[in-house]
Amino acid sequence: MTIYTFEVLVSLKPGLLDPQGKAVEGSLPAMGFDGVVDVRVGKHIKLSVEAPDEAAATTQVHEMATKVLSNPVIEDYEVLAVAAS
Amino acid sequence: MTRLPRIGVVTFPGSLDDADARRAVESMGGDAVALWHADHDLAGVDAVILPGGFSYGDYLRCGAIAARAPIMDEVGGFARRGGPVLGICNGFQVLCEAGLLDGALVRNASLRFVCEDVWLRVETAQTSVTLGLTPGELVQIPVKHGEGRWVATAEQLDRVEGEGLVVFRYSGRDGVLSDAANPNGATNHIAGIRNDAGNVVGLMPHPEHAVDPDVGPTGGQPLLASLLETALAGVGA
Repeated sequence: MTIYTFEVLVSLKPGLLDPQGKAVEGSLPAMGFDGVVDVRVGKHIKLSVEAPDEAAATTQVHEMATKVLSNPVIEDYEVLAVAAS
Repeated sequence: MTRLPRIGVVTFPGSLDDADARRAVESMGGDAVALWHADHDLAGVDAVILPGGFSYGDYLRCGAIAARAPIMDEVGGFARRGGPVLGICNGFQVLCEAGLLDGALVRNASLRFVCEDVWLRVETAQTSVTLGLTPGELVQIPVKHGEGRWVATAEQLDRVEGEGLVVFRYSGRDGVLSDAANPNGATNHIAGIRNDAGNVVGLMPHPEHAVDPDVGPTGGQPLLASLLETALAGVGA
């Protein structure tokens, strides 16, 4: 068995108002960062899975992402495979 | 002797309003039964309340972890058999996360936590908590939440509006909808919705905090009275 490490990036769907992103965006000009036109705040989940091969691990992570790590009503997710050990 | 309706109130780690919900049930003439999130047991209750609070610290998403708690298997089965289930605030979030109601609750558009008495316009009497009410009638009930803005996919919104699944909308005390009377920016001023059968209802405002005239408005009374009445009918048993 190998341990595969993934990063799951969860973001609010485009078009859905993101008040957290707006608040961050609003604070940036005051700090001297000009030219920022959009900020969206999301989540970054790093997880390691023990599995016989990468395909099996990837399938599991996608299932987790769909069933609990993200809510498909409001969020999109992306799975990045980062390491195997 | 008349049988009292037995109303189960689920306590999750981080639930805050479970004791208030039980107290409100008792004050309305029901028998409140404390249920525990980690049990696979509804103790034979006639209705279930998922109370407000911050279950599991609102980690990941509000209600997301609680929706996968052991007792939710039983709550889901009970709901599918027609048993009355009421989700209040965090409980509403749990019902949406569990897929028992449409949509999701996200951060208030204002970014502010809101804590105030609001007016709700009843949109349908075809639910376990609005039996004694008339569409158009107004009730005053407090809200207190930071993430109560109901949103949905376009398909869900069409369904919810098209099939009359909206139970309550935030309104002015005159029943008129306006942005000023919408405390969280909820889509179409939606404060609460139901499932197709009407036995499952979720709402952000807190009827359990609005039963005692000594401490505020009493708009929660007719909702809980309706829930108790539905529970006695024994649909979910």
